[in-house]
Amino acid sequence: MGIIRAVNLIFDYIRHDEEEDKDEINHALRGVSLDIKEGSFVAILGHNGSGKSTFAKLMNGILLPSEGTVYISNMKTSDEEHLWDVRKTAGMVFQNPDNQIIGNIVEEDVGFGPENMGVPTEEIWARVDKSLEAVGMTAYRLQSPNKLSGGQKQRVAIAGVMAMKPKCIVLDEPTAMLDPNGRREVIRTVHELNRKEGITVLLITHYMEEVIDADRVIVMDGGHVVMDGTPRDVFSRVKELKKYSLDVPQVTELADELKAAGMDIPDGILTIDELVDSLVPILGGKEA
Amino acid sequence: MSIEIKHLNHIYGENTIFEQYALKDVNLTIHDGEFIGLIGHTGSGKSTLTQHLNGLLKASSGDILYNGESIYREGYSMKELRSKVGLVFQYPEHQLFEVDVFSDVCFGPKNQGLSQQEIENRAAEALRLVGLDESFYKQSPFELSGGQKRRVAIAGVLAMKPEVLILDEPTAGLDPKGRDDILGLVKKLHDEQKMTIILVSHSMEDVAKYVSRLVVMNHGEKVFDGTPKEVFRHYKELETIGLAAPQITYVVHALRERGILLDQDITTVEEARDAILSLWKKHTCTAQPHEHQENAGQMEETKC
Amino acid sequence: MLRDITLGQYYPVDSVLHRLDPRTKLFGTLVYIVSLFMANSVWAYVAASVFLVAAIRLSKVPIKFMVRGLKSIVVLLLISVSFNLFLTPGTPIFKIGFLQMTWEGLEFAGFMAIRLVFLVMGSTILTLTTTPNQLTDGLEKSLGFLNHVGVPVHEVSMMMSIALRFIPILIEETDKIMKAQMARGADFESGNLIQKAKAMVPLLVPLFISAFRRATDLAMAMEARCYRGGEGRTKMKPLHYEKRDKITYGMYLLYFAVILAVRLAV
Repeated sequence: MGIIRAVNLIFDYIRHDEEEDKDEINHALRGVSLDIKEGSFVAILGHNGSGKSTFAKLMNGILLPSEGTVYISNMKTSDEEHLWDVRKTAGMVFQNPDNQIIGNIVEEDVGFGPENMGVPTEEIWARVDKSLEAVGMTAYRLQSPNKLSGGQKQRVAIAGVMAMKPKCIVLDEPTAMLDPNGRREVIRTVHELNRKEGITVLLITHYMEEVIDADRVIVMDGGHVVMDGTPRDVFSRVKELKKYSLDVPQVTELADELKAAGMDIPDGILTIDELVDSLVPILGGKEA
Repeated sequence: MSIEIKHLNHIYGENTIFEQYALKDVNLTIHDGEFIGLIGHTGSGKSTLTQHLNGLLKASSGDILYNGESIYREGYSMKELRSKVGLVFQYPEHQLFEVDVFSDVCFGPKNQGLSQQEIENRAAEALRLVGLDESFYKQSPFELSGGQKRRVAIAGVLAMKPEVLILDEPTAGLDPKGRDDILGLVKKLHDEQKMTIILVSHSMEDVAKYVSRLVVMNHGEKVFDGTPKEVFRHYKELETIGLAAPQITYVVHALRERGILLDQDITTVEEARDAILSLWKKHTCTAQPHEHQENAGQMEETKC
Repeated sequence: MLRDITLGQYYPVDSVLHRLDPRTKLFGTLVYIVSLFMANSVWAYVAASVFLVAAIRLSKVPIKFMVRGLKSIVVLLLISVSFNLFLTPGTPIFKIGFLQMTWEGLEFAGFMAIRLVFLVMGSTILTLTTTPNQLTDGLEKSLGFLNHVGVPVHEVSMMMSIALRFIPILIEETDKIMKAQMARGADFESGNLIQKAKAMVPLLVPLFISAFRRATDLAMAMEARCYRGGEGRTKMKPLHYEKRDKITYGMYLLYFAVILAVRLAV
């Protein structure tokens, strides 16, 4: 049983239209079942409107399913008595860096979670020190968040979640508002946390290059899971990904086109080196 | 239409200990009908530069000539300049405020003091250009999707009928499809409406595909100015200033290092594909002269 | 650039004043302000000056930062001084038309000016030596007794703290929105009062919407980090009095006694 388990999740956004006096229903999730293994790095890809953000918000009880159940560490998110334990276990990082930082100083923001949990003062400091260290922001601990770059702010947000000692972190499009450097910073930090601390990571994104090193990639479209496999499996189906309005890295696209033209190139090329290594023998280049 | 930027400097905190150059001795000429990409890391001055072009920011020293006339001369109408040089900010949907889409798009032409009829004509035309039909006119802008909101905001600037359109990171926060839609729209505006376009962006790959000229900024200074191909030849220097060439550039250089001599100016997937395929044909034909390739696909007939 | 404006301009340096409990400083500022209104003779102002100078020296903050706060009240100062100088009845010094400067006016205006300057400088010392967070923590702890009369002290304190955090962000956003609307030909400067008010709509509506959006996002983020009000919360930086605070309270007592004595004596 995975640390995160979704069973037949259905979620509808209902909006009451005052003028026409009827309800507008948006079926954001139409029956999603997933089992996420502890310690794994799972990416959920999808275009805007595919249901991926809704799925993220169901993970820690911000939204409750219209039908179906979400289990975090075998606790139901819909159980009121478990709600705070669920949130301690499954931390969440949001898209807008500014709108999730509460403290006026970095270290105070990181301590916000433990403060809410009633952790004794001394231990709060220990957790804050450790979390800042884990995301590489110790040098900035006394700064105002306003002086940080987008990537740095997101790292502070991640530290704030880590200070709660969760078993898993759900990141809802954490890089959507960042520049390329910031994006790299954040993804690198998250991978490190997954590797070193064994934290389960659920990364929601639409940037393909961020999921290359994931253990598992899930693609969503129209409220359903439409693809589920390793990055290599998923990336090799370039035309299908394009159908779901997703982009692939240029190398993958190039490899796919060359393969379609008859060249003998393996499936699911993800990096420049892989492409070059596969082309060299075919085109008569030198070995590295 | 021409814009000449001469020795432009913008200094924050002049004559204090906090003195900092946001823009340093920038010289640039923008010609009619160009499609320019303006690239730089965060803090490079690219957004600051665009805000000088429509007079929102004033230079500390230097000059800007619009159609040969200095915008800093006595009595120059900045308001009129802003009708000619349209600026779409990052996340432009944050500026929407009217009750319905149509009224919001009318805001710009209204400020230009045009007749009611002309205002409405322009708003309708602008909305048509961005692909929003009449069914959207009466909707509240706040109920639209992110991509639609953005198009309403762009229409709001287009309704002023600018000669130059500057877009600051128009694809920020959009997913791949949203990105393609917006960039496709911008390209259409350039090709069909003959607008001069300045596209500020982070993404080298987007920019390489659409623009004919690339200006690279670093720490307030202009460091490169040329066609995308010319600029990407300096990919190693681009890296030192925190930017990268499109991934394809790296593929090509890696292949060249291994003796596969593709044209080093290749920057798009299509160009790379065509070059590799023709190299492959030549190679297999010389290696095995009697074996023709079966799966021709989109290739021309193998000539051996 | 606008983000560099921190409210109250906290000046980070290590000094006795910086290390005092914020409640001590809040109380001290209160005592000082009250004393200024009780002062009605030169000796009282001398005592107040001594107190102020001692505080300035102890704070280790360069004088020029203190003076900055005065810039904002220069106009107020000039107005009140001129009023008192020329419109106070009494023994005249000289006359210009119907305006007459009297000795009483001079004295009154002088005291008023000093009072204003001292008031501003006193409050400025508070904000220069205490971070916004410390201030809200101090208020929260000292006003805790109001909980018993139904005032949600913690929640109010949290609101203030969050407001302080977002003020620079909202200022920057206002600037952005203003520029975006100006790029569409909006004019925020010309016109009469009514026209200017109307011109604010394209500025205020997006700003409000943005503020609401931020509030919603922030609420979600706070809940995701287990926030559920003040109950059961511990503090990362709890406030407790040290010896220096107790000594400082003693100083306040002394100072206030002097002021009281001077007032009663004169």
